[in-house]
Amino acid sequence: MGPELAQLTAEHLWLVSISMSIAVAIGVPAGILLTRRAGARNWVLGFASIMQTVPSLALFGFLIPIPLIGGIGQRTAIVALALYALLPILRNTLVGILSVDASVRESGVAMGMTNGQLLRYVDLPLASRTILAGIRVATVTTIGTATIAAAIGGGGLGVFIFRGLASVDASQILAGAVPAALMALLADGGLGWIERRLSSW
Amino acid sequence: MIPLVEFARVSYTIGQKSILRGLSFSLQPGETLVLLGRSGSGKTTALKMINALIHPTSGEVRVEGKATTDWDPVRLKRRIGYVIQDTGLFPHFTVAENIGLVPKLEGWKPEAIEKRVGELLDQLQLTPARDFAHRYPRELSGGQRQRVGVARALAIDPPLLLYDEPFGALDPVTRVEAQRQFLALRERLGKTAVFVTHDVREALLVATRIGLLREGALELLTTPQDFLRAQGSEVEAFLQCVGDR
Repeated sequence: MGPELAQLTAEHLWLVSISMSIAVAIGVPAGILLTRRAGARNWVLGFASIMQTVPSLALFGFLIPIPLIGGIGQRTAIVALALYALLPILRNTLVGILSVDASVRESGVAMGMTNGQLLRYVDLPLASRTILAGIRVATVTTIGTATIAAAIGGGGLGVFIFRGLASVDASQILAGAVPAALMALLADGGLGWIERRLSSW
Repeated sequence: MIPLVEFARVSYTIGQKSILRGLSFSLQPGETLVLLGRSGSGKTTALKMINALIHPTSGEVRVEGKATTDWDPVRLKRRIGYVIQDTGLFPHFTVAENIGLVPKLEGWKPEAIEKRVGELLDQLQLTPARDFAHRYPRELSGGQRQRVGVARALAIDPPLLLYDEPFGALDPVTRVEAQRQFLALRERLGKTAVFVTHDVREALLVATRIGLLREGALELLTTPQDFLRAQGSEVEAFLQCVGDR
């Protein structure tokens, strides 16, 4: 079981890091954009919230028949995981920037900062802790949800869990669940540490 | 001489609500004009029109003879220092970074910025400068934060300064010190200033002229000496606040 454990852990890490990278790459810029587009805010947040309410196993299933992103395997799993991770990142980016003190933003504008400078020197640094907290929550839940990827042939530690379920073998289930839980704890601790480091002011 | 700031029949409305009604006045270099009024009288709105944070609904605000709407917004704002009540200091920047930000945005060299920051810290008695430079705003007292706010506004030596209730958040003792500092700084630098307050004593102390605003209209514009003798219900209401002295 040793080498298989190593391989499935690596797969699991891969699933989580790729889907999280996609979610961050889309969620943070989209969140920034939404701070400047009040009209689109409810629509986009609504969409992301609906994505979260779809039971994860069903979401994986829904994606299978869709061309390009669907099918059996890792790709579908990554798309589903990224969709799940989107909401906390998007929402925290939006809330983080909107809650920057109005007098601080105003003095930035009064200094003649352009929109880009305001974003770079004021909004993003001051919202960074909130944004990172969103990424942390998303990462921890993604590590858990990624165990379901095995159901559609996506691999990862879920392989042990589904195998254990099928053969009513608790040790197999634990072999999948314990490393996944440890991974989640480590991610939570590590990202929490970075978050605290950011709050030096 | 071209007035540094000129309001020409400036009005401002939000929906049905009239915030400013036909404001006209001008400001010569070296003056300190205090806009005095109750909350909601429109004084802060008028102030923010000078550095184009707000544009008039009708009429024109001119700075150095040119309408604020014709200025490049960045150039205009760099000609004007802005000091506000809770100072609006960047909490994630040190004192030196706060003061040095506008010079940095203007493309100054790091050595020039450092030198300028040192000068300003000295000038505002934030000494020893080396000690203050690396502190964060939360590590300062209210009075010190206020002085950093002023230093930041002065960073690239703008000809005009706007003060929006700058001492509003200070305790009474610190407030008096800040007012003295303001006068000393004016003595030394001779900057033109527009100063918004609702405190008539402060107005009488720092103004070379006082403009009294009431419901968005300029009710009176006069020197502090004449203000004390002026007639009218709003002036008298304000003067009652100093009556006990």
